[in-house]
Amino acid sequence: MFRFAFYRLLQAIPVLFIVISLTFMLVHSAPGGPFSADKAVPPEVIKALEAQYNLDQPLWQQYVSYVGDVLQGDFGPSFKYPGRDVTELIAAGLPATAELALYAMLVALVIGVSAGVAAAMRPNTAQDYIPMSAAMIGICMPSFLLGPLLVLIFGIHLEWLPVSGWGDIPGDKILPAITLGTGYAAYIARLSRGGMLEVLSQDYIRTARAKGLSEPVVVAKHALRGGLIPVIAFLGPAFAGLLGGSFVVETVFQIPGLGRFYVQAAFNRDYTMILGTTVFFSTLIIIFNLLSDMLAIWLNPKLRQQTRGASL
Amino acid sequence: MKNCARLPLLFSLFLLMPTLLLSACGGGESNVDQGNRDGTFHWGNGTEPQSLDPHIATGVPEHNIITALMEGLVAKDSKTLAPKPGVAESWTISEDGRVYTFKLRENARWSNGDPHNAHDYVWSWWRALQPALGNLYAYMYFSIDNAKEYYEGTITDFDQVGVKALDDSTLKVTLSNPTPYFLQLLDHYSLYPVHRGTIEKFGTADERGTRWTYEGNHVGNGAFQLSAWKINRRITVQRNPYYWNADHVGLNQIVFYPTENAVSEERMFRAGQLHRTSSVPSDKIPSYLETQNSSLRISPYLGTYFYRINTSVPHLQSKLVRRALALTVDREAITKNILKGGQIPAYAFTPPGTMGYYPESNLRFDPETARQLLAEAGYLNGKDFPTTEILYNTNESHRKIAVAIQQMWKKHLNIDIKLLNQEWKVYLDSESIGNYEISRAGWIGDYVDPNNFLDMFLCNGGNNRTGWCNAEYDYLIGDIAPTVKTHAERLAVFGRAEKLLMDELPVIPIYTYTSISLVNQAVKNYPSNILNKANYSEIYLQAEPQQMPLTEDQY
Repeated sequence: MFRFAFYRLLQAIPVLFIVISLTFMLVHSAPGGPFSADKAVPPEVIKALEAQYNLDQPLWQQYVSYVGDVLQGDFGPSFKYPGRDVTELIAAGLPATAELALYAMLVALVIGVSAGVAAAMRPNTAQDYIPMSAAMIGICMPSFLLGPLLVLIFGIHLEWLPVSGWGDIPGDKILPAITLGTGYAAYIARLSRGGMLEVLSQDYIRTARAKGLSEPVVVAKHALRGGLIPVIAFLGPAFAGLLGGSFVVETVFQIPGLGRFYVQAAFNRDYTMILGTTVFFSTLIIIFNLLSDMLAIWLNPKLRQQTRGASL
Repeated sequence: MKNCARLPLLFSLFLLMPTLLLSACGGGESNVDQGNRDGTFHWGNGTEPQSLDPHIATGVPEHNIITALMEGLVAKDSKTLAPKPGVAESWTISEDGRVYTFKLRENARWSNGDPHNAHDYVWSWWRALQPALGNLYAYMYFSIDNAKEYYEGTITDFDQVGVKALDDSTLKVTLSNPTPYFLQLLDHYSLYPVHRGTIEKFGTADERGTRWTYEGNHVGNGAFQLSAWKINRRITVQRNPYYWNADHVGLNQIVFYPTENAVSEERMFRAGQLHRTSSVPSDKIPSYLETQNSSLRISPYLGTYFYRINTSVPHLQSKLVRRALALTVDREAITKNILKGGQIPAYAFTPPGTMGYYPESNLRFDPETARQLLAEAGYLNGKDFPTTEILYNTNESHRKIAVAIQQMWKKHLNIDIKLLNQEWKVYLDSESIGNYEISRAGWIGDYVDPNNFLDMFLCNGGNNRTGWCNAEYDYLIGDIAPTVKTHAERLAVFGRAEKLLMDELPVIPIYTYTSISLVNQAVKNYPSNILNKANYSEIYLQAEPQQMPLTEDQY
């Protein structure tokens, strides 16, 4: 297992290097510069700013010095927010984004797994159709629609929950977490239904039932472990997706997260901020994919065998 | 199999969870109610400010916060915008209108208690003119004698620039020409003083973006001081006990929220989380108007929405063509049917009423004359008129206006117009290098004077971008207007220049902006003005009796 992890991390180095190079080329080839503004910027100012951020150097030189800085863990200063380092802005936005992603994941897992398992228990009955139809709606419903809808119902009409904010008013984290988690819950419901249906038809489940175990015990003790493997495999990319894809929810609920910085950086041509956040998210995606693969291997004896064989 | 029925039950319980959780949160006091009690103003501020350094920042959200933290020599009346004493308690102006002598208040202090004197201005203005700082508002200083020359490096000795501290409390400013709007400039944040000791503690004077503006570091001279800056979350300012007029400040605290999304901001307002919003979603305005909701505030704003015409494009070089285009824009239809926010149709470039200036204009909606002009230019009934492109930055409202104008020109002139939208920075690039035919634009005044609008179209004006250049216009705006003696004469010169501009039409004015926001009824002494500038030291909060929270017995 460790050897597997080690090789995977080794593979990550060239991947990250390619990400940095491609992003660097893309941001520098995008039309419009970081310092262009509505009002004409005097040439003296442009010159002074370019010199300050090393933009007056040849591109290859900028690239080399940027990669050098990144290797030392320095993402450089933000162009848009003078005086703020990219690392500082990531650190400011990450806690809210990570917390939101975590809660959304919990929402997704609890709703998704219970709906999926319930559906798999009685396939092709109302108990299957209702949650699965709801799941379909959940997948289709974009968060920019669901968020305002929930706010209108629970925030404005019923006045039960705050309409925005993060950690300011009790209960303000509930609606964002549900909004972000619902789409993933729907996906997880379908995955767990599929996984459970497959497992429940296996011989060892029939054996368990034949032993006279009650259905909840059969499901909880024997079927779940195998049935949820597709869900586990999905968790890594899902968590990375939740972290990087929370922009809409962050905007709708005014959450001080990283997603807003990430998207705004592109609009502002904040080169260092775009690069910094891209590298940061890429690293997270690599790590989460690795973790979920490791979890899947740990849960699935078949895969465990294969990895052992492969690493030998 | 029977026990499985419990699973959906669990599932439903989970769905009910939020509802259960709410019971804990329901019934809490809203921001606004609490703020009304403890004097905290919750202010929707649009975006996260780029910087709070007055010599670096640009933009309205930054302006809103900086003016709470700092003050200039002169302030403005919150209603009429007439100059009134700020840090300077009085001033005299020489007869030739070139020398201003300011007497600073004896009790002026920085927010850390340090004395605040005339030398602070000399040093601060020297700093603001260092090119390395990247001050986009350096041009605001150019009416001061030799400031432009110093900034551009033609002179290197700052002693030659017209700002001198005669003693601790007297500041003498010499201008290169009489500048009637000079006092107004002093209330713009780019001319605010900064605290030397703090800036030098965190870097060199001309270093861009040091940590001096951070929470815990910032020192200002305004009615409030920075108490917290939580990135993308909120900026809190508290009453500054050292402010010269601290006893008359009505608020204890202002919390600025980066409310980027107008729709969310409006919801926050409705839920009692904000006292004031920075905007109102345009599709919500009609319903606020219909219900005569007294929170909606619409007032004229010193800004013009217009189309630039690239006069170097062959078929747009003809004055006749440009006039034909301008005469077939139905401005009333655009403001009434599309914008619906009280915007004023614009028939001249400078907003009417700017410092008592009402531009005359021969623009109107007149398709008949327009068709004749187009025929005179050689395009009878639009025949052979090349397909022309309108460039706008990606935005729903710009798109709607462009579509409407496209249809108007097709209907009245029978010419084909293509629409091209570009992302903001790409659009800026295209416009500044002249890679467009017709492009949408907006201009918001920094100070209330026609000069701020009309000097844009000088031949070498950085914001001209139309390729239009007229010697007579340059002479009027550049040479005559700064030297005339009386206000009336000056306005007459602007009137002549504007008439010339509207005759040649390198730009098609479309409408004058309005500032639109929602303001809670508890906010008092916050009049609207054309700069949409708040005087925080005068505002106070007082809940209307019917808005007072109910007591326990009343529930």
